[in-house]
Amino acid sequence: MFLYYLRLSALSYRRNPILSSLMVMAVAIGVGAYMVIFTLNYVMGGNPIPQKSDQLFHVQIDSGNPNTQADPPPQLTYLDATALLESQAAFRETPTSKFSGILEPEGDSARPFSISGRGASADFFPMFNTPFLYGNGWDRAADNDLQQVTVLSKLMNERLFGGADSTGETIRLHGYNFQIVGVLDDWSPIPKFYDVNNNPFEEGAEVYIPWNLIIPLSFPRNGNTNCWKAPDAGQEGFLNSECVWIQYWVELRDSNEEADYLQFLNNYAAQQKEFGRLPREMNNALFDVEEWLLKEEVMPNETKILSALAAMLLAVCLLNTIGLLLSKFLGKSAEIGVRQALGAHKGSLFLQHVIEAGFIGLLGGILGLAVATAGLEGIKVLLGDDLMLTDWIQLNPTVVAVTLILAIFATIFAGFYPIWRACNINPAIHLKTQ
Amino acid sequence: MEIGPILRALTRNKLGVILISLQIAFTMTVMVNAVFIINERSKLMARPSGLDEPNMFYLRSTGFGDQFNSEITEQDDLELLRNVPGIVDATAINSIPISGGGSSDGLRLEDDPTLPSIPAAVYFTDERALNTMRLNLIAGENFSGSDVLHQRSSEGRNYPMAVVSLALAEALFPEEGQTAVGKIFYNDSNPVQIIGIVERLQAPWTNSFFVEQAMLVPLNFISSTSTYLIRTEPGQRDRLMVETEELLAGNNSNRIIRDLKSMDETREESYRLDSSMATILFVVILTLVFITSMGIVGLAVFGINRRRKQIGTRRALGATHAEILRYFMLENFFISGVGVTIGAVLTIAFSIALSSLFEMPTMGWYYTPAGMLILIGIGQLAVLGPSTKASRIEPAIATRSI
Repeated sequence: MFLYYLRLSALSYRRNPILSSLMVMAVAIGVGAYMVIFTLNYVMGGNPIPQKSDQLFHVQIDSGNPNTQADPPPQLTYLDATALLESQAAFRETPTSKFSGILEPEGDSARPFSISGRGASADFFPMFNTPFLYGNGWDRAADNDLQQVTVLSKLMNERLFGGADSTGETIRLHGYNFQIVGVLDDWSPIPKFYDVNNNPFEEGAEVYIPWNLIIPLSFPRNGNTNCWKAPDAGQEGFLNSECVWIQYWVELRDSNEEADYLQFLNNYAAQQKEFGRLPREMNNALFDVEEWLLKEEVMPNETKILSALAAMLLAVCLLNTIGLLLSKFLGKSAEIGVRQALGAHKGSLFLQHVIEAGFIGLLGGILGLAVATAGLEGIKVLLGDDLMLTDWIQLNPTVVAVTLILAIFATIFAGFYPIWRACNINPAIHLKTQ
Repeated sequence: MEIGPILRALTRNKLGVILISLQIAFTMTVMVNAVFIINERSKLMARPSGLDEPNMFYLRSTGFGDQFNSEITEQDDLELLRNVPGIVDATAINSIPISGGGSSDGLRLEDDPTLPSIPAAVYFTDERALNTMRLNLIAGENFSGSDVLHQRSSEGRNYPMAVVSLALAEALFPEEGQTAVGKIFYNDSNPVQIIGIVERLQAPWTNSFFVEQAMLVPLNFISSTSTYLIRTEPGQRDRLMVETEELLAGNNSNRIIRDLKSMDETREESYRLDSSMATILFVVILTLVFITSMGIVGLAVFGINRRRKQIGTRRALGATHAEILRYFMLENFFISGVGVTIGAVLTIAFSIALSSLFEMPTMGWYYTPAGMLILIGIGQLAVLGPSTKASRIEPAIATRSI
């Protein structure tokens, strides 16, 4: 029966090709456009580390300006970050910040080049589940003993070593030799949750080194630095200042650990207040990954505005479909009349038209996938790949499934009134004129 | 006029009217708000930075190794650059306007940290910046070479004088504007004297609320990375970008040259999100107008086909082509009228929501009526074809059964 109704749907499509194609196109454009925005929201607003996002916390210590009502600074001072790191009060923890440096490849032919780097502790890698192609991260001893070790990104390893296992080799960075202990596999969480202060959609670092080395080896720091009070002169002055430039993450396995750590933070802040620091009211907090991304408003306003517009576009397309389905089904009044006169049950008429609407929805959905693909490619071209990662702007299986289901159900939903009208016509009127 | 019959006929097909008018209403809401957003973004993108952007580019030099002397290298480089034929002037500066990265200070009129501060972008540079950027000095004077301090950033960032943008002068001294030359403001507890005012100089952050508040200060930081901002004679920029990079790379082997970029590219990158948004919205508008027109055409054709006999009868009773045409045009006019009325309410509601949720400016009053007129026009255009066809229905059809 289903197949028969499907064949009737195809026949009906062919009888009214222009009207039917209009409907398919309307569904395709509406659903396709909606899917483009849905994909952006799905990934940008998605959870970049679902396995343990509720166990990873961004640490906030309010070291802000007491003379303003501004939000607590979204990063930590050097004083606080080093104090927390020394205490090792969390299960795992890492300070992290960006730096840049000149890498001098071996051999005379290759020219030195500038790299983007990230300082991290040994815990950074197991905390964030970074995949390793070769080797591993360094251990805590390397952090404490200021060992010059490094982890390379997959791309950097390809550039320097042609993709071969480079663990044990050394690179010359910023005038110092670093031993390679590991090479990451592809790893670019979207958004780059562990550092949203510096473009949450940019590519990850090329070189990772122990964060403890950034200051002693005078690496040029990179990334957002904010001071509400001018630091005193000299390196020492900066390090002891209220300038914030470090992200600090901890891994806490359950709510007890979380409560303990917050208590630890409060004790630490109270102690600092005694030294005359942290003049604002105590406001320490832990934000898990999703809370943090929400609080920092990582998702651009543009996608929110576009979501509302896309929903309205979809509404227009569905209204359009209702109108066109109405025309189409009422245009078939005579045929329905005949079928009814021949004894067709209302239920089977209903089913037939639901299938016909669903058929149009399915066609619209398939075409909608093409629209969505084209739309996403268009956005990729518009955004360009020099400012941010755009690889993630593509259809994924979830979105494909949602597109098809949305298209079919939306069309059937749009078809309910037209179907009801079609099933309730008086056969006698339509038989009379035959 | 057949207004009465048209309205009576419409009440017999309420759903059709509701469908089309809702569709028009939503289309109008999206279209008007999208046009408004596009216009706002275009306005943002059109703001001048104050610089002679088409003839400017910049690059960075980063030294490495023990033999690298940043102070000497920078002096040599600037000397070399300023003597290249075709280069008008060159300056060393800590950050580039509208590039997205830079430095700012909170300024006050008194040395009192409890007072609210006025933020301003600070360009740490030398006396050649004014000429290199080709800023329009409208009051006071530029600082001289002997005013420029050369020090490491760890030695502090205090500066005794500044050339400020007019917008910054007005923000600091609201009553003064151009006459603020000679006035003192405080950066923390350090007094700074305004020695000159330029008509316009934008901050590095294009989406910042203080994008127009910026200043040049005579303090040159010595570090392994120097940023050189360069202005060329008109038309020479592209050639000189290539030549300058080679020239500097050849001048010293203990450094690399990076981030070579023209100001035009920088502007394009800084506003890429805005320009992308405008393009996306433009496509959305075109799509919507297309779909809605097709919907109007589809339903009009359907309505006409259903009434072929009546049309024929009217023609047989003496109605002219023009009268039939007018009937359907008027019918569409009424439906569109309902649509744009609902649309006007939705448009304004959506625009209020946008401005309150996303801190966007409120829409000008004229957007809504203009949108209503345009959508009525689109409706009339869409229905013109089907109506013309309807007017050609032969009177003889009245005498035939289907």
